[in-house]
Amino acid sequence: MSSNTVKKQTSLAGLAKSVVRKQIFIPIAALLILVLFNLIADPSFFQITLQPNSEGYNVLSGNIISIIDRASELVILAIGMTLVTSASGGQDISVGATIAIAGSVVLRVLCGSNTRPDTLQAPVIVAFIVCCLVSMLFGAFNGTLVAYFKIQPMVATLIMFTAGRSIAAWINNNELPVISDPKFAYYGNFIPGIPIPTPVFITAACLIVIALVLKFTNLRLYSQAVGINPHSSRLNGINPQMIKFITFVILGLCVAVAGFIKVSRLSTINYSVVAKDIEMDAILAVALGGNALGGGKFNMTASVIGAYVIQFLTTTLYKYDVDSAAISAYKAVVVIILVVLSAPIVREKMGEVKKKLFPAKTAKEAA
Amino acid sequence: MEKNSVLEMRGICKYFPGVRALEQVDFTLREGEIHALMGENGAGKSTLIKVLTGVYHKDGGEVYIKGIDKPAVIRSPQDAQNVGISTVYQEITLCPNLTVAENMYIGRTKGLLTNWKKINADAGKLLDDLGIPAIPGQQLGSCSIAVQQMIAIARAVDMNCKVLILDEPTSSLDEQEVAKLFKLMLDLKKKGVGIIFVTHFLEQVYEVCDRITVLRDGKLVGEYVIEDLPRVQLVSKMLGKDFDDMADIKSESDTENIDYSSTPVYQAKGLEGTTGIKPFDFSIHKGEVNGFTGLLGSGRSECVRAIFGADKVNGGEVLIDGKPVKINKPLDAMKNGISYLPEDRKRDGIVGDLSVRDNIILALQVMKGFFKPISRAQAEEFADEYIKLLNIKTASSETPIKSLSGGNQQKVILARWLLANPKYLILDEPTRGIDIGTKVEIQKLVLKLAGEGKSVTFISSEIDEMIRTCSRLVVLRDGKVVGELKGDELTQNKIMATIAGGES
Repeated sequence: MSSNTVKKQTSLAGLAKSVVRKQIFIPIAALLILVLFNLIADPSFFQITLQPNSEGYNVLSGNIISIIDRASELVILAIGMTLVTSASGGQDISVGATIAIAGSVVLRVLCGSNTRPDTLQAPVIVAFIVCCLVSMLFGAFNGTLVAYFKIQPMVATLIMFTAGRSIAAWINNNELPVISDPKFAYYGNFIPGIPIPTPVFITAACLIVIALVLKFTNLRLYSQAVGINPHSSRLNGINPQMIKFITFVILGLCVAVAGFIKVSRLSTINYSVVAKDIEMDAILAVALGGNALGGGKFNMTASVIGAYVIQFLTTTLYKYDVDSAAISAYKAVVVIILVVLSAPIVREKMGEVKKKLFPAKTAKEAA
Repeated sequence: MEKNSVLEMRGICKYFPGVRALEQVDFTLREGEIHALMGENGAGKSTLIKVLTGVYHKDGGEVYIKGIDKPAVIRSPQDAQNVGISTVYQEITLCPNLTVAENMYIGRTKGLLTNWKKINADAGKLLDDLGIPAIPGQQLGSCSIAVQQMIAIARAVDMNCKVLILDEPTSSLDEQEVAKLFKLMLDLKKKGVGIIFVTHFLEQVYEVCDRITVLRDGKLVGEYVIEDLPRVQLVSKMLGKDFDDMADIKSESDTENIDYSSTPVYQAKGLEGTTGIKPFDFSIHKGEVNGFTGLLGSGRSECVRAIFGADKVNGGEVLIDGKPVKINKPLDAMKNGISYLPEDRKRDGIVGDLSVRDNIILALQVMKGFFKPISRAQAEEFADEYIKLLNIKTASSETPIKSLSGGNQQKVILARWLLANPKYLILDEPTRGIDIGTKVEIQKLVLKLAGEGKSVTFISSEIDEMIRTCSRLVVLRDGKVVGELKGDELTQNKIMATIAGGES
């Protein structure tokens, strides 16, 4: 019996070890640290209550709900950014600006030329479809530059990063239309009678779709192969340019969904500030997920958790009354720590230090 | 040191982990001579050059330079330059967006202030002296590659070099440019500069060189005066086969079974690549093993790449089982039952970070299509089957392929293409850089596949390997098919004579 428990212990240690070695360990550990910090500092952080909102319906509210809700756009973007990173070995920095375009398109379709229409000028689904098409077109533009003109992703997307918000303003003649129909606000807030924010459902739907796509197509294998070795991929019949192009179009679709949620939240957007710096958060989510920014292998779950970690961090900082202008600095510090800790060279060194500190323990583990 | 020699290398040794790259190599360069350094891939040419230029540190032996009593200490390219050794590489290492004069004097001016007027004048004079058609104030990038190469040489000459190393300088030049370069080399020779000329073009060696030093497998084969070494002899020295050695190992595979009157599995008519090969005809029958042979750079790899659609094809006609097909990209070839194991395993073969399993199923998966992924269980089954069949040594099918040894990586790529179940399998140097045991395994496998009715093209730098496995050999020289040997003609002598060509 005693041998049995020993066996169980070693297998537990082995399990712990293999978990630590897994890529997904980094974002989960970061999440746990944040949870632990908040538990110790103020357990009320995790309180969830059912309260009537401004419309008079009972809805769930609390920091956790707000994190899951507010992270939606970032999580959706992280999906596309992970794919782009894997296949092209670079990142798209124009997603914030193209969200402004996507949002502007939605406003334009729903409001027509009137800035304060009493009724919607087109069905919402039409607005959504047009927004998807336009965003995918801009994704295709970026993808063409990267895949066929072989421009570095960051440089190629710098074009839309610079021009995007101006294009967004131009689409609506520099006006800021406001949608008055309360039904449109359902997509970014609450549907009457349902206590969970709608963006959470939209995000869930996106996650299910990408999970199915990764399961039932070869997107994962192809984009990884292209990211790791384009020459060899080509000789195995893959079209590397096409795969890179497709990942940018998929990211365009993600941008459309994120932009749609953004407009719906406030029923309008401000072109110059909407989704500002979200591209950096999306790239961070990918990095936090332990994915190599140089392309190749990726772990989608890790990226998604990474996105939630970033929102968790932001919300935590807001809760402790950190000035909104200073938040980026705090984020940067945390990011430095996480990224440095996850760097292979540091992990190697830490392993050595551990061996020196606990020689007996590691010897026992090895035995 | 001999009286008229400018450089003597004695007993040079260089070891890499597990490899003796250079073993007791001697090399002598005399004043005013052009000396060719010849050898096939892996012979040690570039290692010797890198030892001489201080890129590598030698593990034994001594280097003597004229005018220095003690053995020279060369521990960096800077040291080499200081003792008068300059190198011009195949790839231009100058800055194309600077002017010609700037390029010639960059990094050599002292102090903060530079007298550009004087530099431009000096550069102009030097260019005139050497007869190089360039203006000092011209942007380097606007000169032709040949002129850029000459400017690199002028820069080296101006640094008072006694030894000039030209590493494959002619590979990107056309005939007229080569002629200009040779004129410059002969001028420098008259001025007493010793030139080491590394190339794989036999004709060029016989055009300008005075002496030849041949290396093979890291050892010195010998130093020869050019008149004493006919081409065929040179080829046999490089390949390590004695020309008069009549002992021939004939293939044991019986070639009688091949029905040459049947429709070929693959037939190309006037296939023309974009990579410098002349249009060629080629066909292969069911159950046949043939080979492409020729020296490095003769176009043997380019031919099979054109067949597979790996490089763009300009023209020609392709028939599979007698039916015309278009092969423009690798996928077209794969769908027509052609598989290709590339020469450069690391660059074109493996997908490093992916698991052994993913690497094995990759080709089959791509052929099945984007929307039909192979299930995990099925993939496991395929991987396990081929790991066992080819005896691949790997911890598991999950292991990333890059952590396997070279031979095992090669077997994984082989497994990938066997799994794709081709009619016609092209193996370009499948045995390079892998141990003897695995080599024999692969040769046996090739014969077994042919016995099962597959057609195989087998390329190898080792002639006896080709003779053992192939029933027909296509011989190439300088991008052109110069002969086709089969049956009794498959002897080392005949093959080498065909490879060397010329008046021998």
